[in-house]
Amino acid sequence: MTLRREWWIQKGLLAATLTSVAAIFLLLFLLLYFSFPLLFSGDLKQLFSWRWNPFEGHYGILPMMLGTLLLSILSTVMAFPAALGICAFIYTHRNSCLSRLLLLVVHVMTSIPTVIYGFVSVFILVPPMRRIFAAGAGFCLLTAALTLGLLILPTIVLVFHAYLTQAGGSLRAVSESLGLTPMEQFCFVMLPSASRGLVSALILGFCRAVGDAMIPLMLAGNAAQIPASFLDSIRTLSAHVALVLATDSQSMAYQSVFASGLLLFVMIAMVTALAHHLNRNMLSRCR
Amino acid sequence: MRKIAIAVSALLLMFFMICSVQAADPLVSFAHLKGTIEIAGGTAHIPVMKDAARAIMTYNPNIRINIAGGGSGVGVQKVGEGLVDIGNTGRALSEAEISRYGLKSYPFAMDGVAVIVHPSNPVTQLSAEQVRQIFSGQISKWDAVKGTSDDIHLFTRDEASGTREVFWKKVLNKGSIATRADVVPSNGAMKTAVAQDKDAIGYMSIGYVDDSVKTVVLDGVPATQENALSGKYPVARKLYMNTKGDPTPLVKAFIAYIQSPAAEPMIRKHGFDPIK
Repeated sequence: MTLRREWWIQKGLLAATLTSVAAIFLLLFLLLYFSFPLLFSGDLKQLFSWRWNPFEGHYGILPMMLGTLLLSILSTVMAFPAALGICAFIYTHRNSCLSRLLLLVVHVMTSIPTVIYGFVSVFILVPPMRRIFAAGAGFCLLTAALTLGLLILPTIVLVFHAYLTQAGGSLRAVSESLGLTPMEQFCFVMLPSASRGLVSALILGFCRAVGDAMIPLMLAGNAAQIPASFLDSIRTLSAHVALVLATDSQSMAYQSVFASGLLLFVMIAMVTALAHHLNRNMLSRCR
Repeated sequence: MRKIAIAVSALLLMFFMICSVQAADPLVSFAHLKGTIEIAGGTAHIPVMKDAARAIMTYNPNIRINIAGGGSGVGVQKVGEGLVDIGNTGRALSEAEISRYGLKSYPFAMDGVAVIVHPSNPVTQLSAEQVRQIFSGQISKWDAVKGTSDDIHLFTRDEASGTREVFWKKVLNKGSIATRADVVPSNGAMKTAVAQDKDAIGYMSIGYVDDSVKTVVLDGVPATQENALSGKYPVARKLYMNTKGDPTPLVKAFIAYIQSPAAEPMIRKHGFDPIK
């Protein structure tokens, strides 16, 4: 009886896995299918240039690619120390009310819709940014990065926290018996042993930042230019798709949407592959 | 309590009956029709479409009208691929779109596009030439147009916007817009951005203007829908419904209704001017 049930569970899980994998391949296939005419028509060179001005016949999406990279890196860099601090606090104050409350808040943060972050930031973050720096309208790389950092913070915290709890158990007992304080445990035992988890958490957060369209669309200003400072307006690939999707479907501008989609897909795939490679190297070094 | 409820429902019933009797005349063409109309596209159209749909569906429950947004570009694509019966656009169709899909256009309302600034901005009027210089980046401070000594913050719309297209053609004479201008994705977002920033300048559909922003008098002509319809204020566009080939009788009746005098109050109510 139990064997039979196990068989069903196994098949069920297999089916679920295959469906998800198939969905991803279908997505890639459709993206390739739609950008096929583009890839072979020689128009591709037009897209890989630094100037976007569809009314004058310039369709370069490289500024958007740069925008995506800058924004994602900056927001991950901002979220990283905060996430590490929160995890250290939760670890060292494991049984206190405060750390449980903090964990709860982080959980709640994951369920707030992105558009709320964007909307609230438009009203409470953009005006002070404009006043304090007095450079432009306040819709800029830095504003978007601050909000996006906040958005990806819970992802990083929760993934890393899960790794810590998983790796915890025996390591904690041993280090405690050696007389290490909770902070020493965290810094010298847990952090090195869970570094894989930290990398995974960061990659996940980074990929979320790359893929998010709402925050940059509402806060980054969307000017298709190469930013000279953190206070310049930028456009990301995801925001570009959202902005251009409704244009004349026969135009070159519309074609750039598929190229942007493909580029986003490739970027995320590359980052994930890189993370996988790093993890394997780290693992073999540990052994 | 119950008596009041009965009295209220009786009154409501009477009200609806009177309404349907009054509305009966222009709706008579729908009397023997049934089926579904699918509509998608331009977001400025939606309030007008919804009011008309409500009147028609109340008159004849055998008719269903579904309305979705998506923007002008989505409207063209959906109607072109045969996914909807009517695709709305806030701009005239391009030659490529008409020839590829065989679309027909039906304009029904006029919508002006106004240059807007923050209500506290001392600048009240600009010439078209000054607006061109501001948007191209040649003028970057407000004091060049008798304003404060602050930097001008430029706001423009996305490339798919019908509002941008008419502004670009009729005010900017197809001139360039500085690359550093911030791009906002909708009329609503434009209003929010300009209403918050005392140094901002942007442009949007007059139908969306309220007290939170100030319209600029352009070349001596105030930006109002009346002036847009009379042609005194030249920065205006038409709102279109589009069908693929000839419409079915039901869709034809719907288009005729929107273009008829019966729909004029609905169009006016939402800030546009009906085309006669």
